[in-house]
Amino acid sequence: MKDFVRLFNQLDQTTKTNRKVAVLKSYFDAANDMDKLWTIAILSHRRPKRSVRTALLREWAAAEANLPVWLFEESYHIVGDLAETIALVHPNLESKNDKSLTEWIQFIIDLKPLSDEEQKKKVRWAWNQLDERERFVFNKLLTGGWRVGLSQKLMTRALALHAEVEENTLTHRLMGDWRAETSNYHDLVEATNAADQLSKPYPFYLAYAVEGEVQELGNVEDWQAEWKWDGIRGQIIIRNNELFVWSRGEELVTDKFPEFQELVEALPNGTVLDGEIIPFQDGKPLSFATMQTRISRKNVSKAILKSAPIVMIAYDILEFEGQDLRETSMADRRKILENLVQNQESEKLLISEVLELNSWEKLIEVRTKSRENNAEGLMLKRKESTYKIGRKKGDWWKWKVDPLTIDAVMIYAMRGHGRRANLYTDYTFAVWDGEKLVPCAKAYSGLTDKEIKRVDSFVKKNTVDKFGPVRSVTPELVFEIAFEGIAKSSRHKSGVALRFPRIHRWREDKPAGEANTMADLNKLLAEFG
Amino acid sequence: MPLLQFTEKGIYCKQANVYIDPWKPVDYAIITHAHADHSRWGNKFYLSHHLSKPIIQHRLGQDISIESMEYGESRTINGVHFSFHPAGHIIGSAQVRVEYKGEVWVASGDYKLENDGFCAPFESVKCNVFITECTFGLPVFKWKPQEEVFAAINAWWRQNKADGKATVLTGYSLGKAQRILQGVDPSIGKIYTHGAIEKTNEVIRNMGVKLNDTIYVTPEIQKKEYEGSLIIAPPAALGTSWQKKFPAFEVGIASGWMNMRGPRRRQSVDRGFVLSDHADFESLNIAINATGCEKVIVTHGYTNIFSKWLNENGIDSQVESTEFEGELAEVGQGKGEKESE
Ligand SMILES: [Zn+2]
Ligand SMILES: [Zn+2]
Repeated sequence: MKDFVRLFNQLDQTTKTNRKVAVLKSYFDAANDMDKLWTIAILSHRRPKRSVRTALLREWAAAEANLPVWLFEESYHIVGDLAETIALVHPNLESKNDKSLTEWIQFIIDLKPLSDEEQKKKVRWAWNQLDERERFVFNKLLTGGWRVGLSQKLMTRALALHAEVEENTLTHRLMGDWRAETSNYHDLVEATNAADQLSKPYPFYLAYAVEGEVQELGNVEDWQAEWKWDGIRGQIIIRNNELFVWSRGEELVTDKFPEFQELVEALPNGTVLDGEIIPFQDGKPLSFATMQTRISRKNVSKAILKSAPIVMIAYDILEFEGQDLRETSMADRRKILENLVQNQESEKLLISEVLELNSWEKLIEVRTKSRENNAEGLMLKRKESTYKIGRKKGDWWKWKVDPLTIDAVMIYAMRGHGRRANLYTDYTFAVWDGEKLVPCAKAYSGLTDKEIKRVDSFVKKNTVDKFGPVRSVTPELVFEIAFEGIAKSSRHKSGVALRFPRIHRWREDKPAGEANTMADLNKLLAEFG
Repeated sequence: MPLLQFTEKGIYCKQANVYIDPWKPVDYAIITHAHADHSRWGNKFYLSHHLSKPIIQHRLGQDISIESMEYGESRTINGVHFSFHPAGHIIGSAQVRVEYKGEVWVASGDYKLENDGFCAPFESVKCNVFITECTFGLPVFKWKPQEEVFAAINAWWRQNKADGKATVLTGYSLGKAQRILQGVDPSIGKIYTHGAIEKTNEVIRNMGVKLNDTIYVTPEIQKKEYEGSLIIAPPAALGTSWQKKFPAFEVGIASGWMNMRGPRRRQSVDRGFVLSDHADFESLNIAINATGCEKVIVTHGYTNIFSKWLNENGIDSQVESTEFEGELAEVGQGKGEKESE
């Protein structure tokens, strides 16, 4: 595994993308096929399933380092990463083992059926074989949740250079439901085999947010405008009388949406649609919260199918009659899409309406009605544009409406992680309910480093109580909290859940008494919930 | 009444009416070392180690009233004996031993146990009460021997030189900068310094302490000349127009915080080297045990956690809050311009 650990360290040590691609390519050049396959799997979030409970790992690590569990936990809280904390506190500093990456992964997979006692013996043995950095990598393989700081795109680029396969082709080959346990490097990367391509989606084209004035996009006639729907971006594939539904996270979610089975009848083979899966009833979109209740369940019950009905709002067609349409213009793809959707039977497939647009001014006005239409804003697509891969500037723009905001009072603060481990950076905010403050949102991002330092010193000087890493503070500071949506929630004290709350700005001009109230939140809930 | 108490101005000895490292102006300040958070402006009188004196004068002005003494030498004020003992933190850094009627307290300031080959190495002092920092008082902080760290720094510098690049390495102007300067292999190439560091170096050289040769970064120097060289700079210089004078370069930070992956990555530098002038977790425990003290007072760092750990291990410990800082400025925290450690 030494070569893989070296690769990981090199990737971690540079912020330059060219360098990352270069070190990864030279790693691929030297590695054997099994290690390459696992490296691709790990870098595309397909690590083996977790085989050991993290609660046990914590306990064993504390024991190995001769530390009380609480001190290990405190350290973990400050480091912010379990694999790293275990790697750092463990006393062994010497590398004593030459197992390959694949062998270590097999070691981890083999842990799964063992008893706690047997697992403990093996994991402790492993920790003692590895130096700190190796132990960290081993722990990451064991626990997952690994941010390597290398996008799948860069990985694909490096692999494309190594394997001498065209990058787009490779992107397509690497998508989908493959697992390193059951694949081999040759079939995945090198083979030009059509049968296993049946379920493979196309890489999604992602939009950038509009910067500056929308008029700067040029001639209004060159653009197509649609609502930006608030749902799950998805691809529906009908090939060989089979349905595949993919989410943007490259997850195969066919089972989550049994309603779409009828599309196998409704659509011809060789069709791939891009669109938004949204909750929808009586001809109207429902709020995204309805969708969340559905996707958080493991099984899709009858009750859920009824309470959270969905549709696909298609806005693009990537394949028709088995032909890849991505190089065709948006305008032409749109014609094919309209024709297809209008002439099919399923009510589960709708088309994203193209908004009337004869001037930017008109469009600006239409956009203000986004929330009433349960949309997040508008999408603008250049009629001439082809369907690209990943996030590319120029042809697709999202133009969201301004977020909702409230002014809330900071009541709790928690320390940050890593570099900010000494600063209070995570806050809980509350609104007034009569004389009482009711917590309504947690947020950490949005302040400048300077502001964070000032808030931190306020927290340290105005602590009312400490419990674990959390401090309650004198309710004095007011912040404007921005959020994307609001929904009823029984899990929150306030009875509402805010979607994507973040700090918009510090209202130093506002005394705590003038912050918003529960009544204000309930008004927003009635209007937008 | 305790021999030393923590007041809003600093660590106070009532019997002698003096303060140790006060953070508000007082009449009589005994200074552990010349870092800004331990030797502050505005005191009527300062007492420091000989090697701290010129640095404190350089920082606070030649007109301050200051006297100095050697390690082991002592001064008696109203029956209280004060003496300095090496803390191994930076040049001139001292633990302050305070003795009155047979009771001994030690205020250790900042310290490290590893002999860095430059400043006087730490000496343990027996005492009844030991006042300690715990900037790195968590078991995740474990320092490697400095030879290993400098071998890595040298290898990185050599590689950059082979690639035709300059190497920029940051650390505090006082302490870390000299440790880097004396620790690297000067045969690899020329060593340049940022102005803040060069001025400190000048003060140190004027005390008769030898440092490796350095060249002060000035506008007249041609870009080309920096190729293959090492440039030592304070962290605050990064990302400013100062670095525009250099050709292609790699940046590294030398700090104890580089022990953690989060800070290493968030600094957006090419390399992080784990090098600290503070004690790691194990060293803190060793230092405390060696004093044979009955009680430990923990000042800055992960105080609550570290104090709880000591208490669980049968060492009576309490936390007192101070206005000292850790190595924070090395990762862009601390109090802005002023360097402190
Ligand atoms: Zn300090
Ligand atoms: Zn210091």
